[in-house]
Formats: sequence, structure tokens, C-alpha cells
Amino acid sequence: MTLAKRIVPCLDVDHGKVVKCINFLNPKQAGDPVEMAQRYSDDGADELVFLDITASHEKRDIMRKYVEGVAKAINIPFTVGGGIRNVLDARLVLCSGADKVSVNTAAVEKPKLITELADVFGRQCVVTAIDAKRNRTPRDGKIMVDTAEGKVWFEVVTYGGRKPTGFDAIAWALEAERLGAGEFLVTSMDRDGTKDGYDIELTRAISERVNVPVIASGGAGIPKHLLDVFTEGKADAALAASIFHYNQYPVPVVKDYLRKMGVTIRP
Amino acid sequence: MANAVIFDYGMGNLLSLKTALEKAGLNASIGTTAEDIAKADAIALPGVGSFTAALERLDTVKETLQTKVTDGTPLLGICLGLQLFFESSEEGPGEGLAFFVGRNYQLPSTVKVPHMGWNTLDIVKPNELFDGVKEDSYVYFVHSLYPVPEDKSIVCTTTEYGTTFTSAVASKNIYGTQFHPEKSGDIGIKILKNFAKAVKR
Repeated sequence: MTLAKRIVPCLDVDHGKVVKCINFLNPKQAGDPVEMAQRYSDDGADELVFLDITASHEKRDIMRKYVEGVAKAINIPFTVGGGIRNVLDARLVLCSGADKVSVNTAAVEKPKLITELADVFGRQCVVTAIDAKRNRTPRDGKIMVDTAEGKVWFEVVTYGGRKPTGFDAIAWALEAERLGAGEFLVTSMDRDGTKDGYDIELTRAISERVNVPVIASGGAGIPKHLLDVFTEGKADAALAASIFHYNQYPVPVVKDYLRKMGVTIRP
Repeated sequence: MANAVIFDYGMGNLLSLKTALEKAGLNASIGTTAEDIAKADAIALPGVGSFTAALERLDTVKETLQTKVTDGTPLLGICLGLQLFFESSEEGPGEGLAFFVGRNYQLPSTVKVPHMGWNTLDIVKPNELFDGVKEDSYVYFVHSLYPVPEDKSIVCTTTEYGTTFTSAVASKNIYGTQFHPEKSGDIGIKILKNFAKAVKR
């Protein structure tokens, strides 16, 4: 037997409530993080990711409350990300019961943060989230990758996809690994929300170069997309939101399909 | 209710283990002093931090802990907690608790490290800790090192990841798992319930 590929539902949280999907945003649809975590855990999810999009000064109190609630309700691992900018933020989340924290913009702006977190909590606690976008304009020093649409490089974007940084995502992953990242959450901004499938080339380019696990994110629309990112994309885990939230493809259905296709999956 | 004390090395998530031990039927609390250890009916060494840092934290309670365990108090070591049962580690300097002869080694670089995620148990020697747990059950791992006991008779389960490594040991009142039962879903709770049963016996 070998290590199983992980299925990771992602929940966006705003003010302590799960916001199901941006396209269908409706306050009435907001779910309770503890209830939803419980449901996914019962369904056989291997791990959960909470991305907190709350932008307010009460954020920390709100986070502490639901993170504790989730930790008490489920006994599978979960990661919390969104606005973690320093060791203090990370400690709050980890001591409230999360297993890992994910850092994104703050790490790009201050790479040393990854080392600080790894030194205090161990690198297995530190997920580095990278949002990347294809760039077709060749530039000196960028790692050009052959794709179906020709050579591209992958540009790191921060602030939830709003700010292109000019940094090469592959180079950043290698640097972050050296600094202490224990895992990568790689999101394709080209595919996010499209349901057209993961960016296989992006995922593979990073997964083949780093020696820590890679979670692929952005674009899952059907179970076949997860199969492709595991087999061709060399992902260790696949994150998805909307395909699970609407019960279109519940976790057990996705897992059954992957198992039938020969992927090692936890029952 | 039997009182299980989780030793706090001063870093990371202990709430999950506390909650899981409570679900398993033990009264769990967090302890930091020799006094806390002395009054425990069972002791859990959790899996956060590094070998050297954890030993520094354990320094003041080491003797109490060793005496308690030698006198028969059930001990559960998880991940790093298990690694501390041995004498030394490639991770860093320090003398372990030395309940068993052996050393901890880095996982090979032929595989991605940390070994993170769900992997299976090969039960090589039945033990009460694994009562009702089937061969090839999936449990959750997060680690970069693994223990190599000299005495193979303490090995309960092994797991494949780049190498075949010891994923659980048991000897009398000492139990250790390289995986995290508190993060291993229903199977993990079953293992902790088995531990609780041993504590109450």
C-alpha cells in the first residue's frame, strides 16, 4: 500500500460563516463552519481547508471561536488560512486547534515569515499558498514551461488574485521550500471558478520540482478533473469547493470514481 | 474518571488530542509540571515540536515521568512523543527517555518529506491497542523521522513510505504511534478507546 491521495474540501469563511460560493452569494446560504466540517468529515473528506476572508478587527475573536468549534467536532486534520501575517496570528489559530496554517500574501511580502513559523511550530504546520497566473510574455530569468498553448511562465499574484507581482511561481516555490514550507497549496487564477479543470501544467511544474506535498486548487468541475491532476499533474492532494458544496458530486462519489480509476484513496 | 495528562511542550495544537482522549472516555488535562505528571492515571506525550526542544521542556519532569512509567502508569506517545521513547535522533542532539534501545532516522529523500497524509497499517504483532482495527486501516501521518527499535518484539505495526518503518510500538504499559490517532477519524478514536480501556484496567 502507499500513501493515499487526499481529497480536500475548501470552505470560505466570512465573519464566522461559510460563504458557499461567490457566484451564488446569498447571505441565507451561509453555513455554519462546525456543521459543514462535521458533514465533510462524515462523508470521508481527508482534510479540510478554511480560508478566512473576514476583513475586520474582530477577526481574531471570530476565528478563535469557530476554529475551536471545528477542532472539537472533527478528528481529521484541517488548515486555516487568510490574513495570517505573523507568528502571533499563527499561534492563535494553532492553539485554537487547527493543525496547519496557510500563508500567502504575507509570505510573498516577507519570505522570512515562513522560516519564523517553521522554527516555532515545525515545517509540517506551514502551508505556503501560491496563487499563480499564466504569463505569455517571455521575460529574462523566468522559468518557461511548455503547455498546450505554447511556452508560458507562471506569475505569482497576491491579494486574492488582484496584484501581479512579477515573481515566478516555480522559483518562489523553491525558495519557500528552502525557507521551511512544509506543503504547497497551488491555486491557478486562470482556472479558479471556471470548472474547466485544474491547471495540470502548473501543478506538475511545481510538484516535480519540490520535495514536499502539493495540494492542487482551482478549476475542479467534475471528478475526472481530480483524476487528471493526480495522475498527470502529480498532485498529492486536490482541493475543491463548489463541486462538493452543491452536492453535485459528494465526496463519496468522487472517491468511488477515483478508486475505480486506480488512484489510491482512503475508504 | 481516569485522569490522562497531556504533557505540554509549549507549542502547537493540543486541543485535538485533549478532545479525542475525552471522546475515548478519559478525563484529559494539559500538564506542564512534575506535580501534574505525578498525579496522572495516564500520560500522553503529544507530537508537536522538535526532538531537542521537547527534551529541553521535559527536563524538569523527566525523572518523575520515568519513575511513573516504570511503576506501571500507562503512557501513550504520539509522533514525536513516540520518538522520545528512544535514545537519540538524527533530528538533533539530546538524550531521549530511553524506555527502549534505538534511534530515530530521517525518512529517505527518494520520497516527499514530510510524509503527510493517510497511509495504511500492517499489523505485525497483535496488541490490545489495535483491538478491532483491521489490517490496512488508514491512519494520518505527519512526520519526517521514524524510530528504529533494536528490540523488534515491541513493533506492533509497520507502514510503507520510501522504506518500511515502525508505525506503532507497545510493551507492557508503554504505547506509541508514529501516526496521529487524534486525527485519524473513527479508527483513531477506536485506538484511543483501546488505550483508555488499558488505563482503566
